[in-house]
Amino acid sequence: MQVFRYSQARSVEGAVEVAARSGGAFIAGGTTLVDLMKLDVLQPQSIVDINGLPLDRVESLPSGGLRIGAMARNSDLANHPAVRRQYAVLSEALLSGASPQLRNMATTGGNLLQKTRCYYYRDVNYPCNKRQPGSGCAALDGFNRIHAILGGSEHCVATHPSDMAVAMMALEATVHTQGPKGERAIALDEFYFVPGNTPERENVLVPGELITHVTLPPLAAGTRSHYLKLRDRAQYEFALASSAVVAQVSGGRIQRVRIAFGGVGTKPWRSREAEKVLEGQEASAENFSRAADAAMANAKPLKFNAFKIELAKRALIRSLTNTTQAA
Amino acid sequence: MDHPKNPLLDAHDAANADNNLSPNQEREAVFGKFSRRSFLAQLGAAGVAASASPLAHAAATDAPEMESPAAVPGAVPLTLNVNGKEYRVNIESRVTLLDALRDRLQLFGTKKGCDHGQCGACTVHVNGRRVNSCLSFAIMHQGDKIVTIEGLAQNGHLHPVQQAFLEHDGFQCGYCTPGQIMSASALLQEPIGPDDNAVRAAMSGNICRCGAYNNIVAAVQQARSATSR
Repeated sequence: MQVFRYSQARSVEGAVEVAARSGGAFIAGGTTLVDLMKLDVLQPQSIVDINGLPLDRVESLPSGGLRIGAMARNSDLANHPAVRRQYAVLSEALLSGASPQLRNMATTGGNLLQKTRCYYYRDVNYPCNKRQPGSGCAALDGFNRIHAILGGSEHCVATHPSDMAVAMMALEATVHTQGPKGERAIALDEFYFVPGNTPERENVLVPGELITHVTLPPLAAGTRSHYLKLRDRAQYEFALASSAVVAQVSGGRIQRVRIAFGGVGTKPWRSREAEKVLEGQEASAENFSRAADAAMANAKPLKFNAFKIELAKRALIRSLTNTTQAA
Repeated sequence: MDHPKNPLLDAHDAANADNNLSPNQEREAVFGKFSRRSFLAQLGAAGVAASASPLAHAAATDAPEMESPAAVPGAVPLTLNVNGKEYRVNIESRVTLLDALRDRLQLFGTKKGCDHGQCGACTVHVNGRRVNSCLSFAIMHQGDKIVTIEGLAQNGHLHPVQQAFLEHDGFQCGYCTPGQIMSASALLQEPIGPDDNAVRAAMSGNICRCGAYNNIVAAVQQARSATSR
């Protein structure tokens, strides 16, 4: 591991200033950063420890929404009464991710910024455009079973690994940050980039910009939600395909639905195509199937991951069935 | 028995400041003999002292963690509270909590398996919650209360989870066992379901390559019913 300068932040302003000036990385739970530093995949010159910042609160907003501090640990957020009661999809997604130990460490902000599990990104002996721009992509012609079928480019097909972010995508979350130029609020849907020609640029954050909290809008009464994760093991494994559904159904008709996929996209993948098929329509198996087809219409499979198209479709159909069944 | 002072240790035993022994040294004093580890440690230290010999020099560079902590460039003074004792050590910022526990505090109960947060062998409690000590820098844990497997038994009585692992034979080779027990003892405070599947899910962060899983689940369930009474 490379040597780095370590400092502890006493205030958000201080953390932003030191990180911006030193080109430093923030460390919260450390579950991604320390792992990748040991592999020399990440080599920050400076680390700013933000564990002392008072950003771990989860509180209901007067509007009925939820405000989630960036330092709220995944386990605390998953088990928070307001999350369990109103945002089941988020609780289920969090509890399907990682292990209990990791969930005790990992934070809301850090989870949004998780790095891909692409084996070639994680191994410095292989070319990788995300790790070393211009070096090439070993996954395109390599073993690409876990890679993306949506949002890839000829430079990168790495999936985003988060479950939490997929649920938040379906919940239309907003990310709040503080950076060298002040505070801003970014719709999660506009937070991530697809790789294109610059896979090393994964999101809109600028150097020194810190996620302070995430807000979730209130859900209409009667809204139900569900997260389904399909993977090689029953526990403690990343998704091959997952689906998050947030749906409001009345009189057998889908009034409003939000759909996102994990494990198949280069970012947490919102599917407006599937939503459009369903909104205003009857909650029927036939319509679910049409929505699943629409969601995967633009999928581009690689040599080893064509199975993900069918897997993602079935995941969505099951999530929709679960969410829209009469309570 | 006159015991050679371990030059590698810079621990301060707040509860027992007069004789300034680490738990490991205490254990050796009790048994009145050298452990394999103290023998190796002194061999390493001798290698540093006799570095004029090429062979001895090689031995020293093979064991960089055996250097005197003060000789590590960039080391900073740090206080760690482990099992109710305060340890003062000089540690470089790159040292993980796991390596600090094992190599600096001589608390070898916590095991290094994958070193990447995948196997759970390094599980310890930080402020009452189970975490992977390999994925955290020691420098981040000043002021935290850390409990390792060495600190689980109280007043000579095994923790109910330790007792249950013995009774149910919840191990074969034993390497994953400290991590399994630290995980299971934290699980008792967590909101998980009552059935065996809930236990399997809650213990999924601890890998057992011998495959003692059935006995581990039985042990955890016994400890849960014992502590809920």
